[in-house]
Amino acid sequence: MNIHEYQARQLLGQYGVAFPPGEVCDKPEAAKAIAEKLFADGAKLVVVKSQVHSGGRGKGTFKNGFKGGVKLCKTADEVHEMSKAMLGNVLVTKQTGAEGRLVSKVLVANAPEIQKELYIAVLLDRANSRPLIMVSTEGGMDIEEVAEKTPEKIVKEYIDPAVGLYSYQTRKLAVALGLTGDLIGQAAKLISGLYRTWWECDASLVEINPLCICKGNDGKPVIYAVDAKIGFDDNALYRHKDIQSMRDLAEEAPLEIEASKFSLNYIKLDGNIACLVNGAGLAMATMDIIQHYGGMPANFLDVGGGASKDQVTAAFKIILQDPNVQGILVNIFGGIMDCNVIATGIVAAVKETGLKLPLVVRLEGNNVEAGKQTLAASGLTLITGDTMADAAQKVVKAVKSAAQK
Amino acid sequence: MSILVNPNTKVLVQGITGSFGAKHAQLSLAYGTQIVAGVTPGKGGQVFENKVPIFDTVSQAVKETGATASAIFVPPPFAADAILEGVDAGLDLVVCITEGIPVNDMIKVKRAMEGKKTRLIGPNCPGIVTPGEGKDSHGGCRIGISPGYIHKKGNIGVVSRSGTLTYEAVWQLTCRGVGQSTCVGIGGDPVNGTSHLDVIKMFNDDPETHGIIMIGEIGGSAEEEAAEWIKKNCKKPVAGFIAGATAPPGRRMGHAGAIVSGGKGTAAAKIAAFKDAGIGIAVTPSEMADTLLKMM
Repeated sequence: MNIHEYQARQLLGQYGVAFPPGEVCDKPEAAKAIAEKLFADGAKLVVVKSQVHSGGRGKGTFKNGFKGGVKLCKTADEVHEMSKAMLGNVLVTKQTGAEGRLVSKVLVANAPEIQKELYIAVLLDRANSRPLIMVSTEGGMDIEEVAEKTPEKIVKEYIDPAVGLYSYQTRKLAVALGLTGDLIGQAAKLISGLYRTWWECDASLVEINPLCICKGNDGKPVIYAVDAKIGFDDNALYRHKDIQSMRDLAEEAPLEIEASKFSLNYIKLDGNIACLVNGAGLAMATMDIIQHYGGMPANFLDVGGGASKDQVTAAFKIILQDPNVQGILVNIFGGIMDCNVIATGIVAAVKETGLKLPLVVRLEGNNVEAGKQTLAASGLTLITGDTMADAAQKVVKAVKSAAQK
Repeated sequence: MSILVNPNTKVLVQGITGSFGAKHAQLSLAYGTQIVAGVTPGKGGQVFENKVPIFDTVSQAVKETGATASAIFVPPPFAADAILEGVDAGLDLVVCITEGIPVNDMIKVKRAMEGKKTRLIGPNCPGIVTPGEGKDSHGGCRIGISPGYIHKKGNIGVVSRSGTLTYEAVWQLTCRGVGQSTCVGIGGDPVNGTSHLDVIKMFNDDPETHGIIMIGEIGGSAEEEAAEWIKKNCKKPVAGFIAGATAPPGRRMGHAGAIVSGGKGTAAAKIAAFKDAGIGIAVTPSEMADTLLKMM
């Protein structure tokens, strides 16, 4: 699960992470009022930031033609104007896809003069099964690019989960960021807050990019987290009711929300051949084999190890709501589950949904002969495949020939 | 021989009275596996299926029955505790089937297991099967949720992060008349007890294993790590398949660990590492068995 920047600021703020002063709102008038207060407190510039779950907001374009989801403003009236242009409109970034995301909240914050941009993140190091804090002096950039081109500019500190983060580690990291004097203490406090958030809230990623050395209102340098991104471990959400309440369903694909109600794992993709599979690995492999034979998968869909007839029916309905779908491949390896139960579910689902699209079914495993007989006796015009390769080739061919008609 | 378990391995089941644990304990018994004890706190003294004694703690079960391996079917919030209870009881092997354990719980478990003799397989895995000599491989050791009947006793080792892809590979082998020494599902989570490399090393040392199928997927770098070792040290032919070439970056594909993040863990990088190590690449999942058999 991901949260908005303003929510990340609130959460991290509770752990002592410093941000430039600011507030979130959903009306241009409120944005103006926040800005007036910030200017009165000595802000020279105020930033208005669209709140959507996406990177690259500043370079995004709204569907109404307005350019830029992040704007710097010199006056409160300008803040009013910019937030009016953003609120209620759909922002398209390189990460949102063409459909974009509706901006229903903006963050209005002091934009202090930035002297240096840095990078810091807390994440899991899979190779060592330990938490890792990663810093770089190359802030504000795409960190993947930094890692690839100048890996020496990334410094890593591993944390022993038995004892947690020590203060000396935060100071080491601060020095690695080139900080001196009073800034070391400020950074150490911030780093400790980031780590505690990661660990105590079961985050999968806490990333501050950029972490900035700014000129404070009093002229002295101060360290602020200027942007914040947090992702959470879905498996641990059960023990964080407060974090669960930060979930914004408007940021998730409607079909994926619908699928999760039936314990189906569905991810929409851009292709036209839908697949329905049991098991995550087999589901990925099914997508791959569709592409291998010249088709494009429309989704990832894992019905799980013990799929019931109702789940199969629900899965068909979800697949068919995707307007791009022109054919379906069902690939089931019934290890423990009975292939005939699955076959009965498929027949019921096809009849219930009045399916007109080409359907290829590959069943293998427990009681497969009875399952195949059920499919054959159903009177449905479905195609059967003997192996994954056979089934994938057949569905690609069926979709192509249907398109030519 | 085989790796990790053999038909004489005495197995206990943690969470034997839950519906999932009970179902698979029954299937293992029917397969001929030595299920010697169950553990459910508060139900000690009861008997499962008229033959398997239930204990309140793993220590009691080990002491009374001599079990050396465990299968865990307890719900995610209690699974980390169940694993460490097995470690504390001195088991050789703990196989955790449970899906959905918080990552931080597993980070702590891994740290707590450092220096201990217990090996953990999983979590979020189908388990282990060493096929037996009977009909449909009856009489083997089945720990977990794999379908026993698809196996056949033989000389191919299979290791995979995915359950159903393991079954697919095993079934391809069995249909071609080729049996397996041991099949190990290491699980789809980002923090797990045993890696591809750990299992590959065991297969390399096992005289009964003559060839290996290694199935990986997007996320992490465990496949690359295994490939590097295979290139330098493995004496046996290895064929591999990587799932997730078409998965979009940044999305978790069902398994908690199956995610391309920060440009790392792509299928392309793993396939390149396999090729570099001389591992036979199954271009599609339909060709896993044939790719290996051509190399042997």
